[in-house]
Amino acid sequence: MERTAVLARLTWQPATLQAVHPETPTARTLTLAVPGWEGHQPGQHLDLRLTAAGGYTAQRAYSIGSAPAAETVKLTVEVTPGGEVSPFLAHMAHPGVRVEVRGPLGGWFVWSPNEAGPVQLIGGGSGVVPLMSMLRTHRAIGHRAPMRLLYSVRSPDALLFAGELTAGDQVGAADHVTVVYSRQAPSGDLRGPGRVDAADIATHVLAAEDSPKCFVCGPTPFVEAVNELLGRAGHDLHQIRAERFGTGRT
Amino acid sequence: MTETPDFLDGNAAAGDLSQLFGTDMTHVSGPCLGCGQRVVIAQAHTFLGGPGTVLRCPGCDTVLLRMVRSPERIWLETSGMGYLEFVNHP
Repeated sequence: MERTAVLARLTWQPATLQAVHPETPTARTLTLAVPGWEGHQPGQHLDLRLTAAGGYTAQRAYSIGSAPAAETVKLTVEVTPGGEVSPFLAHMAHPGVRVEVRGPLGGWFVWSPNEAGPVQLIGGGSGVVPLMSMLRTHRAIGHRAPMRLLYSVRSPDALLFAGELTAGDQVGAADHVTVVYSRQAPSGDLRGPGRVDAADIATHVLAAEDSPKCFVCGPTPFVEAVNELLGRAGHDLHQIRAERFGTGRT
Repeated sequence: MTETPDFLDGNAAAGDLSQLFGTDMTHVSGPCLGCGQRVVIAQAHTFLGGPGTVLRCPGCDTVLLRMVRSPERIWLETSGMGYLEFVNHP
């Protein structure tokens, strides 16, 4: 019985788009109602499948951005230029649209609230989505371990979850968010635009001596570059978990 | 490597592999038969969309796993990995 229940999660199940929320001109958060969904571990993703009238199917993996909950999940979809699925999800799909999902998937790129150690999250662009699941969970349960997010975006209008991330730190909060801009920074930003570099790691990332568990997610070149920087800053590579989103050009 | 890396990693193959094995596969690891490096499937350089899904060693590019699907069949070639090591959950 239990084994059947485990396998059932790994097959496709129906889901309905319940709500959409614009994040940026090219990204939206989708809330899916998934009957029987039992929640997920922060960091996990699901596969989403669309079926066209003629039977043609297209599937893509999307990270879950919400904290674990029964019956619903939130995904944040960024349009991939020339993409087959993302333009539909990010621009056209409306509440009531039916899709199929498979998951939750991935047991490696996961942060468990059972862990007491400090956590460093580093996200580039839409790579912040699975990290948001970790951050939201951390906040929702009042977890006391230090958690920092370093989030790199192209420009201020590409910032996902803006309201939540720029609300400012509460006194005594165990988490801290830093946003850096790679191409265009807001006026008054002292750092200026530029890719994440060694100075950013030294300034904003938990020290290697604290042995933080690091989660790095975003386009593949971003992840490769950040992993290299973390290694040079003395972080143990075994403490770094990464998830690569490709370059978005395929 | 001077060209822009354009690969996913084993997390992207989690759905297909996990459905096949009936359990999460991203944490599974094993030695690359090309260079001996121990590779966690989540970190393998992954290429979707070809005739099949290919997972390569991050160190030496050896094909670790290859998965091809037809409507009625799934083929999994594991010839690049010496063995697969799973966490044993009693």
